[in-house]
Amino acid sequence: MAKPMSRASEAQLIPISFTLNGRLQEIDVEPHELLLDVVRERLGLTGAKRSCDVQVCGACTLLVDGRPVSACTTLAFEVRGRSVLTIEGLAENGKLHPLQQAFIEHGGFQCGFCTPGMILAAKALLDENPDPSEAELKHFMHGNICRCTGYKKIIESIMAAAKTMRSGGQGSSS
Amino acid sequence: MLRRFRLEEPEHVSQVSELLSRFGDSAKIYAGGTELLLAMKEGLVQYERLINVKNLNCRDVTLENGALSIGALSTHRELETSKTIKEKLPALAKLEHNVANVRVRQVGTLGGNLCFAEPHADPGTLLIALGAKMIAEKSSSQRELDAEKFFVDAFETALEPDEVLTKIVIPVPGAAGRSAYLKFGYLERPSVGVGLAFNLNGQVSSMRIAVGCAGPAPRRVPEAEALLEGKSREEAERNLAQAGALAGRAAQAITDLHGSQDYKEHIVGILLKRAFLSALS
Repeated sequence: MAKPMSRASEAQLIPISFTLNGRLQEIDVEPHELLLDVVRERLGLTGAKRSCDVQVCGACTLLVDGRPVSACTTLAFEVRGRSVLTIEGLAENGKLHPLQQAFIEHGGFQCGFCTPGMILAAKALLDENPDPSEAELKHFMHGNICRCTGYKKIIESIMAAAKTMRSGGQGSSS
Repeated sequence: MLRRFRLEEPEHVSQVSELLSRFGDSAKIYAGGTELLLAMKEGLVQYERLINVKNLNCRDVTLENGALSIGALSTHRELETSKTIKEKLPALAKLEHNVANVRVRQVGTLGGNLCFAEPHADPGTLLIALGAKMIAEKSSSQRELDAEKFFVDAFETALEPDEVLTKIVIPVPGAAGRSAYLKFGYLERPSVGVGLAFNLNGQVSSMRIAVGCAGPAPRRVPEAEALLEGKSREEAERNLAQAGALAGRAAQAITDLHGSQDYKEHIVGILLKRAFLSALS
């Protein structure tokens, strides 16, 4: 068995190392620490938002090994040995990702609270399906809720980014 | 916020079973955590220990002797994208494709879903219709439970306190096999789900119908099955309305946030009809 069993009231520290936005992180976490709290409070990356706290809204979406998860309901130790991407890690060398650029150009956000999760979920979609139909896009994104836009401009933004990415664009406005 | 707990990370089923025996109600199996952690965050349940079972070797989807064997730790995502399941049991692949949202499917496991036995869940209903068997193991023994006997009540299964669900085994339908699952809801979780499976060979045979979400646990409805069993396709279609009404009454629907009892009973009937017709097409 991996760990000795001791009293439940004692703090148990789990040393984990993982990649955060391309950089190695080594920290100790307790079993009950949530990924969202570790990323926001301990590592200072506040792009992911706590909103519904029950995996319904998508505002806390992070990519773990490229796949979207709800950081509000992910135990932090689960990312040991894995790669975590937050919205802060999406732009490369100061250049916005095509999705970020498209959301700006197509007005894909208003208050912006859902946007980090929206963009990361869309990235996961486009990485596995570079040319989604609108139905596929809606199915994939239906767990990311926006209370401002009515979704039309979000869908337009993602479709536009998909087109840019398919043509090898790196996010500059064309 | 989660209260502090300790984590155990056993490597084998026997170790999980021993931990369950040793710590009793103060410990709980943790797989995907998509439902357990929500209940813990709400303070509805508390555990001194979680037993992380993700190191167990039960995540494979295989075909064995005409049956599909699904490791309990398979995630919804793995099942919705599994080539074998898409080919052999498309109704299950479709169900998994529509579970919750993409983030829940990414980490939530089929076994966790079944063992948590939240009434508003999809897979149990179709598994009952498909005649699935649940494989439960402990330190020194293993047994097989029919899916229809697995669900006892809301959040309650027939598993013994030290048993671990390791596999779900589903007979693969033959060429005449038809199956479908349909759900309806306006919240994140379904209000009503209906699953059915049958053979069509001139007439309807081996008809199995299950209703879920409406009441405390998914259940089979033999009263409705009897109206379709042995009938020609046309006769069965004529009997659908009556079968739907019977299934609605048998669903043990309760009035809650997801709808009133009457409403759910009505929807059961509608879904049964649509599921039967979609299984034919």
